[in-house]
Amino acid sequence: MDNIALSIENLTFNYPGQTAKCFSDFNLKITEGERFGLLGPNGAGKTTLMNLITGLLPFQKGSIKLFGNEIKNKNKSVKKLFGFVPQDFSFYQELSPKENLEFFGAWAGLSKNEIKERIIELLEITGLTSVKNQPIAEFSGGMKRRINLAIGVIHRPRILFLDEPTVGVDVQSRLSIISYLKELNNTGTTLVYTSHQLNEAELLCNNIALIDEGKIVAGGTLESLLANHNENGLEGLFLNLTGKTFRD
Amino acid sequence: MYKLWATLIKDIKILLRDKVGLTLMFVMPILLVIVITSLQASTFELVNENKLPLIICNRDSGDISGQFITAISKTGMSEITDVPKNLTTDQVSSLMHEKDALIAIIIPQDFSSKIIEKAKSVSSKALNDFTSEEDKTISKNTIGESVTMFYNPVLQDSYLKSINGAFLSALQLVESKQILNAIYFSLNNTKLPTALEQDILTNKVKINPIPISKNGSKSIPNATQHNIPAWTIFAMFFVVTSLGSSVVKEKLSGSFVRLKTLPTNYLLSLFSKQITYLGVCLLQAAVIFSLGIWLFPRLGLPPLHLPSDLVSLFIVSLFSGWCAVSYAICIGIFAKTQEQANGFGAVSIVILAALGGILVPSFAMPNSFHLLMKISPLHWCLESYYDLFLEGGNFKDVLKNIFPIIGITLIIQIIALIKLKKNQII
Repeated sequence: MDNIALSIENLTFNYPGQTAKCFSDFNLKITEGERFGLLGPNGAGKTTLMNLITGLLPFQKGSIKLFGNEIKNKNKSVKKLFGFVPQDFSFYQELSPKENLEFFGAWAGLSKNEIKERIIELLEITGLTSVKNQPIAEFSGGMKRRINLAIGVIHRPRILFLDEPTVGVDVQSRLSIISYLKELNNTGTTLVYTSHQLNEAELLCNNIALIDEGKIVAGGTLESLLANHNENGLEGLFLNLTGKTFRD
Repeated sequence: MYKLWATLIKDIKILLRDKVGLTLMFVMPILLVIVITSLQASTFELVNENKLPLIICNRDSGDISGQFITAISKTGMSEITDVPKNLTTDQVSSLMHEKDALIAIIIPQDFSSKIIEKAKSVSSKALNDFTSEEDKTISKNTIGESVTMFYNPVLQDSYLKSINGAFLSALQLVESKQILNAIYFSLNNTKLPTALEQDILTNKVKINPIPISKNGSKSIPNATQHNIPAWTIFAMFFVVTSLGSSVVKEKLSGSFVRLKTLPTNYLLSLFSKQITYLGVCLLQAAVIFSLGIWLFPRLGLPPLHLPSDLVSLFIVSLFSGWCAVSYAICIGIFAKTQEQANGFGAVSIVILAALGGILVPSFAMPNSFHLLMKISPLHWCLESYYDLFLEGGNFKDVLKNIFPIIGITLIIQIIALIKLKKNQII
């Protein structure tokens, strides 16, 4: 029980004013240290689930626990446990990477000295040291994705939620991000990752759940999923389980 | 504490990089205060110092009309242009347009003779039994044709009344002189000595107007002293365009999503914005007051005289700024888009300024607006500033206006907090 990083039990949620349930009695468990991929077509509920897990959306029924702590309580200690890298750029474009890291580091509860150390470290990892004082508004998409990630991990969270962290970036930036995430995982950080990039998921994740219409349609290690469904790759498995029709 | 410091630094840096916002908050109010004060100062001068262009068509051939014109000239209110006596009424009114004259008067041809006749009649009545029917008939017949006065409709009623009053005073002087001469001649059978005439007619009791302020100062209020406090308050409240849209921008941006997932209450962000923009408001006041002191005299405008109680001035500026900032944040919290925050924020400030007596003096407002005026925070801010700038008041005097400012500010803050709580942001 101790090594459960995320536990979702009987989660029920629908958006205000809508009768259709996005999730009904949804259950999921992620063990500490996993690199977990949440995959699914557009509108499957991946981003909604991320928002529920991170406390951005209030849910009607059920429970979401991070390392045994109920997220619904929204207390500071729970919030310190996780990091979040949203799909949208979540920083101040008028400020430089250093200024953003200083600010978000303080809001994450780090001391001035800790922030200083982490800024040097993260700018080096993300390859942004030479542009640390330039406004982010002038950056390319790849650079913005890297700083988006750096802010999410500044406080060394035990579990990191990544919502499509590599959307719109070139191969170099993508590989750099994947490589860093693996390093992070090696130091003990649990990763929960959503993406449309199935080859990227194959590279990164050691456990996968395919969700569609608010339900897990398949779950397990990549190898076991492919073997069970007699598929050679994740793309074939994805189409097999979710169909070929448009979802949005 | 470090979180607040880091948030303040972030807000200040973002503000300093927002050139358009800074222009709106500093340059626009400065231009506004200069333009409005210049305009009001020139109106003030028009009424008090400039000479009014006046056309006189004197159809009279006697001496008394000349004395009347001299008396008008001595009032110092007008710059007289004489036109030929044979002009028709229509020609005189046309000349007013040609010569940009605001007033024209036509002195009738029997002006002198009728005044003399009236003087003799009054003299006769004064020395004989004036209750007889015969005397009354004479009096009525000697009044004669009136002096006609044309005026440009742009002249305000109050200004027209003061001109009319000055002309009547001149006319009264001329008439009195004739009556006095007639009575003296009837009594002494000799002409009234000039010295005695001057003594009687010019040695009048005068009214000495003195503005009285609470600190005993007798300085005369001017356009600067009125406008700078008023437009400083307007500038403070106009931060709604920058701060309101800054709150909305943050709310709509991805950074807001991240802030909500971090172990810090969003109220800290709003608190930091309050401190940052309160600093902006105080800086606005300092800049505008400095311009009033140093720049206005160079522009030919009256200089600003700061109140003697500078501590009270700071306190009033502080609470006015806090109220302005609270209002802007509340607008930002309720608005769903930056356009909403800018549009509603700007228009509502203009309305509150109008209600508060910044655009129109509060004493000139109809009674039905007096309750609405008290709802406007700008009214209380303005009253506090006027207590200091115009009436020489002290802290005790402004306190009665500071309490309503604090009350309105707290109500605005509570409304904003309820909205944040309802939206589960805090």
